[in-house]
Amino acid sequence: MSDERGPEQPGVDPAGREPLGGSAASSGAGVANAVGPRDAPVVAHATDRAVAPISVLLRVNGAEHRVRLDPRTTLVDALREHLHLTGTKKGCALGQCGACTVLLDGKRVNACLVLAALAGGREITTVEGLAQGGRLHPLQAAFIERDALQCGYCTPGQIMAGVACIAEGHAGSAEEIREWMSGNVCRCGAYDHIVAAIQDIAAARPPDRGP
Amino acid sequence: MTTAHVGHATSRVDGRLKVTGAADYAADHDPPGVAHATVVRSTVASGRIVEIDDSAAAGAPGVITVLTHHTAPRPHARARAHSAQVDPTVTHRLRPLQDDRVRYQGQPIALVVAETLEAAVHAATLLRVTYAAGVATTDITRAQPVLPTPKQTDKGERQPAVSQRGDPEGALAAAPIRVEQTYVIPRENHNPIELHATVAAWDGDRLTLWDKTQWVANVADEIAAELGMPADHVRVLSPFVGGAFGSGLRVWPHVMLAALGARAAGRPVKLMLSRRDMYYGTGFRPHTVQRVALGADRDGHLGAIVHEAVQETSMYEEYDESVVDATRYLHSCPNVATRRRIARLNEHTPTWMRAPGEASGAFALECAMDELAIALRLDPVELRLRNEPAQDEFKRLPFSSRSTRECYRVAAERFGWGRRTPEPRSMRDGRWLVGWGMATATYPTHRAPAAARVRLLPDGCAEVATAASDMGPGTWTSLTQVAAEALGLPIEHVQLRLGDSALPRTPPHGGSMTMASVGSAVQAACHEVCRAALARGGGDDLAAAMARIGQPVEATVKVRAGEETTRFSMHAFGSVFVEVAVDPDLGETRVRRIVGAYGAGRIVNPKTSRSQCVGGMIGGIGMALMEHSVVDPRTGRVVNANLAEYTVPVHADSPPLMDVTFIDERDPHVNSLGVKGLGEIAIVGVASAIANAIHHATGKRIRELPITPDKLL
Repeated sequence: MSDERGPEQPGVDPAGREPLGGSAASSGAGVANAVGPRDAPVVAHATDRAVAPISVLLRVNGAEHRVRLDPRTTLVDALREHLHLTGTKKGCALGQCGACTVLLDGKRVNACLVLAALAGGREITTVEGLAQGGRLHPLQAAFIERDALQCGYCTPGQIMAGVACIAEGHAGSAEEIREWMSGNVCRCGAYDHIVAAIQDIAAARPPDRGP
Repeated sequence: MTTAHVGHATSRVDGRLKVTGAADYAADHDPPGVAHATVVRSTVASGRIVEIDDSAAAGAPGVITVLTHHTAPRPHARARAHSAQVDPTVTHRLRPLQDDRVRYQGQPIALVVAETLEAAVHAATLLRVTYAAGVATTDITRAQPVLPTPKQTDKGERQPAVSQRGDPEGALAAAPIRVEQTYVIPRENHNPIELHATVAAWDGDRLTLWDKTQWVANVADEIAAELGMPADHVRVLSPFVGGAFGSGLRVWPHVMLAALGARAAGRPVKLMLSRRDMYYGTGFRPHTVQRVALGADRDGHLGAIVHEAVQETSMYEEYDESVVDATRYLHSCPNVATRRRIARLNEHTPTWMRAPGEASGAFALECAMDELAIALRLDPVELRLRNEPAQDEFKRLPFSSRSTRECYRVAAERFGWGRRTPEPRSMRDGRWLVGWGMATATYPTHRAPAAARVRLLPDGCAEVATAASDMGPGTWTSLTQVAAEALGLPIEHVQLRLGDSALPRTPPHGGSMTMASVGSAVQAACHEVCRAALARGGGDDLAAAMARIGQPVEATVKVRAGEETTRFSMHAFGSVFVEVAVDPDLGETRVRRIVGAYGAGRIVNPKTSRSQCVGGMIGGIGMALMEHSVVDPRTGRVVNANLAEYTVPVHADSPPLMDVTFIDERDPHVNSLGVKGLGEIAIVGVASAIANAIHHATGKRIRELPITPDKLL
């Protein structure tokens, strides 16, 4: 019934863990179902075996956290539900809205499309990691100054994407920013001000310097 | 108007919390031991559940409990029906998991509670459900429209479904110039980026809900009533709301499911809906079909208006919004007939979505006005100026203020409207067809009773507390400004608390009435606490008086509208001008410029107000060009229930130029702050102005939204 079942990834099975269960065929069906939403009732690939938790080392904002996770856990859920870093927001769980944007080894990703197990050991930066010792990152300050937010829910994702957009060298003009920021939906419609905030900082910071 | 705080472009006081990720939305709460829940929904649109086999789901690893209509807790014997201002007047509320009936596609039929989200979502796929499917009406084109049941408790807020003045049909038949057309708006979903979520935690017989809502007081009332509990045993917290646009006004079934799930599991439960869930569980702007007929003399004076609307609603509730109501007062006309009807379908109940009624009605009326201007060979702005009313001709009351003329003048000038050549396809930019269009905007100034508490401290700081919400307009900031101004304090010395049902009661955070209602209450409470402090401490210096008193002084004040509502017709007005470019080969429309001017009373914060207005314009672009919840008429399923296939404007759709002007409007009648509200009017008229601009660009009149490329080729 639900479309948001965690996608199964047989390739990440650590030693000693139980298989995810079901036959190879049903496992394949699970992956196909997980590609996108659909309305047909899902034929369950039933398993009555426990999904053995796996141990993952998550390096977030410079700190290391060893967590035991259901292997189906996505990075956004690991951050929010296991590390209680709730600044990263969930808006669709399908990679369609950008609210969960974080930096993975310096590159922006939708954390809902990354299995937490696959982020193990890699450098994760979330919105909580931007401010340094209470001093806001310049783009955070620019968002406040430009009123580049309303409800604030897409804001962490917009800021993380904006930081990456500048670092990538994709913030050369308002038009270029609009193109490269289009994976981050703002339903309140603060686009105008978000672009202005990114332009403010891009003008002051050369690209490729990272966050 | 120069003041210390009100009218200043103050940056958001909650900005730092929001840019650092520290603002806590409903699902950000993790009470100890929290379990995760997911909803299972019906796959038929009507009928009964014959069998529901939950053994595989209940036995799946990590599952704590599965609730179905067989196992869900029943309401207490003291349970009582609840209905509030935000609910349809005629309602047979859907009580989730209380019987075997299926009323619509996607109705909740089970709740799975598990140790982890992953386990809950997986177990939800293991339920085996057998239905006896019934006959379902899911195609609006086949439903028979009926008049809504007359309201029993009409206190003037809601307007009658049918109105008539003069002889509209006779005047229409006699009019030398006539236009008559049908306009269609499909179902649209709010799609706030925050998913609706409720975290429920029981402590004995008391319940705490962290809920995404625009009205904490009503969530507490409704859940308490339906569970047979004293109202103050339910506490609802919602200090930050990640957008809602109306989807958070009512209490939807998932809120009760979270409460029932937590009770059954014996531990706190977090229920965050999926994006797809929200197309089946948090309301939508109803599909409307509108007929508009206009008759005018050769000078462009309106002689007749007929405006009839049919909108969808559910089988169990009559949701009926004000689609035709603005037509009764917006333009001057002696002969006017309006009628609203509803069509009952097997679907969940539609609800208020940004400018409910007015946004839909203005699309039809303001496109028809454009068509009339063309028939008259008259400039569309001039047509409106020739039909500017001296008073509200429906209520027969003077307007408390009405700045339409100034809005047309200012917006037209800033847009450069004088350079427009009226012939369609007469303006080009290379291969692009360029079109300019405009429309009038309006929204009523509502107000409802609201209370606020202010506590002055001896150190010169103040605490302001009120149950209101802030879903994005900037209520945190504007209420702080109002309090700082009324108390004569620096803004940093005012600490505000919002979004808690334990705080003084406020009306729904919707209908553009938060500042008018809650702002007035905060202002009155500030004045009252100052009066009390000076009376106790002596002198006329508040800080000195507080230092002498040496302990806090507190006042709670509740305010309501006075008799001004019987003496004046109160509305915000505006005008919106749009430039589009249409690709003649691909049919793609790009909005290049939007210029809006608004007479919305006093503007408390021009910075956040501009944000609200450009946000409304972006919403209007979505309405005009993209948004459409596609319902399969055979099943009632929404086939594009996600943000990739239900398209909304993204950065690349944002016009390079957006211009907002607020007319300096002093309205002494609306409320003590002189504010009219902005959230709704910002979207009204935008879709019509875009449709009118597309006609100007292409010569094609598209009367069914959204105006997608296929309709222009």
